[in-house]
Amino acid sequence: MTVQVEINEALGREYEAGFVSDIESETFEPGLDESVIERISKMKNEPEWMLEWRLGAFREWLKMEEPDWALVDYPKIDFQAIAYYSAPKSMKDKPKSLDEVDPELLRTYEKLGIPLIEQQMLAGIAVDAVFDSVSVVTTFREKLYEAGVIFCPISEAIIEYPELVKKYLGSVVGRKDNYYSALNCAVFTDGSFVYIPKGVRCPMELSTYFRINEQNTGQFERTLIIADEGSHVSYLEGCTAPQRDENQLHAAVVELIAMDNAEIKYSTVQNWYPGDENGKGGIYNFVTKRGICHTSAKISWTQVETGSAVTWKYPSCILKGDNSVGEFYSVALTRGRQQADTGTKMIHIGKNTKSTIITKGISAGRSNNSYRGLVKMMASADGARNFTECDSLLIGDKCGAHTFPYIESRNPSAIVEHEATTSKVSDEQLFLCRQRGLDPEKAVSMIVNGFCKEVFKELPMEFAVEASKLLEISLEGSVG
Amino acid sequence: MSNTKSLLTIKDLYAGIEEKQIIKGFNLDIKPGEVHAIMGPNGAGKSTMGYVLSGRDGYEVESGSVTFNGQNLLEMEIEERANAGLFLAFQYPVEIPGVSNLEFLKASVDAVRAANGEEAISSSELLKQAKAACKQVDLPLAFLKRGVNEGFSGGEKKRNELMQMLLLKPKLCILDETDSGLDIDALQLVAKGVNSQRSEDRSFIIVTHYQRLLDYIKPDFVHVLADGKIVKSGDASLALELESQGYSWLESADVENNAETKVEG
Repeated sequence: MTVQVEINEALGREYEAGFVSDIESETFEPGLDESVIERISKMKNEPEWMLEWRLGAFREWLKMEEPDWALVDYPKIDFQAIAYYSAPKSMKDKPKSLDEVDPELLRTYEKLGIPLIEQQMLAGIAVDAVFDSVSVVTTFREKLYEAGVIFCPISEAIIEYPELVKKYLGSVVGRKDNYYSALNCAVFTDGSFVYIPKGVRCPMELSTYFRINEQNTGQFERTLIIADEGSHVSYLEGCTAPQRDENQLHAAVVELIAMDNAEIKYSTVQNWYPGDENGKGGIYNFVTKRGICHTSAKISWTQVETGSAVTWKYPSCILKGDNSVGEFYSVALTRGRQQADTGTKMIHIGKNTKSTIITKGISAGRSNNSYRGLVKMMASADGARNFTECDSLLIGDKCGAHTFPYIESRNPSAIVEHEATTSKVSDEQLFLCRQRGLDPEKAVSMIVNGFCKEVFKELPMEFAVEASKLLEISLEGSVG
Repeated sequence: MSNTKSLLTIKDLYAGIEEKQIIKGFNLDIKPGEVHAIMGPNGAGKSTMGYVLSGRDGYEVESGSVTFNGQNLLEMEIEERANAGLFLAFQYPVEIPGVSNLEFLKASVDAVRAANGEEAISSSELLKQAKAACKQVDLPLAFLKRGVNEGFSGGEKKRNELMQMLLLKPKLCILDETDSGLDIDALQLVAKGVNSQRSEDRSFIIVTHYQRLLDYIKPDFVHVLADGKIVKSGDASLALELESQGYSWLESADVENNAETKVEG
């Protein structure tokens, strides 16, 4: 039918961030063994304890097996064919200020809509820009420091704040947690470190922008956010990569610690290269994100996932403290041959803990989109509550939407609610929009945006606009 | 009046869905400002007519021509027809969850304006017009923030269609059984809205099964549609005649005063 053709055209967009920056890099030869890990650690001037920690993780990883329970299908990854470190040569002598940073790097971020010159930036947002395996720039550091907030590359935090890092790194996602997190523990290169002191409300939005540029490299980012008692922080990450025919691995670990009465809002706009319409190329996004909430603390995950060839990601909350709150809001759009298996885990340990899960999966083309979630009520979780709503929207008839909700309750006073719907962008809706003058692309993007509204309203203002635009671009045939 | 340029001219139109022919030799001429009622029994092709004119996918035209405002309507995309001033008020308006009425109105109004080389409407101007339209169709202002038709009652949906019409200011409005499922109060309200929009540069095609809507919207012409073509045309009094006689007379083979000489075999 013509409607189908039009929608397919609408979805055949180009990937805006697919350019390659011409930057001379120092890249390791592909391959992974203990000597590679030693070299990474040495490149970063790490203390001995860090190297030991990495090697411990690597030895665990060797004993582990790649998980195969997710509803995704991809050829076996050859971990010896990946380069584990790549950094622009210009970053070797650490630039002391922006003036010393290679202008080509700055241009790359500008092209991506992330100007790193503070005067040009969106007011109120500090950015850590990670390029392949290193952090290029972290803006507004001094201003944040005045408020007592530490925002820096994790490679620096390991040297500058070893006590904090030692205490919390691996405390939420242990080295043996899973296959990809163990690999990340062994070879992670950079990422962001955030510490918000007691009672401080972080004066700016913090964000990290991850860019993969070099060919055949993996990006293994590591982010650690600690919100001390009664503090508050909102953090956003964004990510893109060039358009290449080979698949590239991105295996990140993010750990959040929300102490008593603290609140962390973590938002992701994930736009890794998704591969072409036939499924060639694209990023494998295998990510472990987890936070722990102490008494009356709150962690809120919001994610907008439009990129990656394969996504395997379950941002989770351990609700350890009484009265703590966990939230997960997600929009996952798959098209072409993309595959996403994503969701969350809410582990209720404390009394009167509360969690909310709202997910919107949009599938188009020949893609597969799965929600996988676990709500676990431990015996100690008196009066705990969960509400889950999973909605799927299908565009066309060659895609798939799947829901795998797991519920385990060991406490009879706990209440778990689950709602799920599946709908289609109907011919009637499309016809109504077009009869009122909208072209098919605008019509589809409007319908999809409406479907996602509940999640978009959870994003910080600037990013809600960005996410909505990203979705529109993802759905549009032509990109300017 | 007969010298005025036609807004819509349909000639010998044959059309249908997939293989099934539904419109069989349809002729109609509408001049600016005229109100035409198309009546007929179920299955006569009344709704199909609206879909064919608006270009809905799946409705194929076999032969014939349709000229709208000097343009070949049949060659235009759905949205091009809409932007040229053709508006279809749906019999069963569909819901678009999460897309607010106001957002939808702005996108529609802007699409029409863009097609006419005009700038997008300012949000404040749109809000002003939308509020006025709400008042006119008696919908609370809160409806502007609600999702398009989301959870609306049948009558509210019809009034919402009317609100869109008020803002889009089309040249030709096709009301597809807008009266179906409405109680008498809602019917009067819809009629009032339509009457307020009657003007020299706006024409209406009112598709209806019953005469009662025509008590409130007085048509210039009434056409009886049976088996895909107009079998009788007249003035408003024809509607009253139909009311008293029903449609059963159509089934008796000799239809007198056949508006069209062409008879399908």
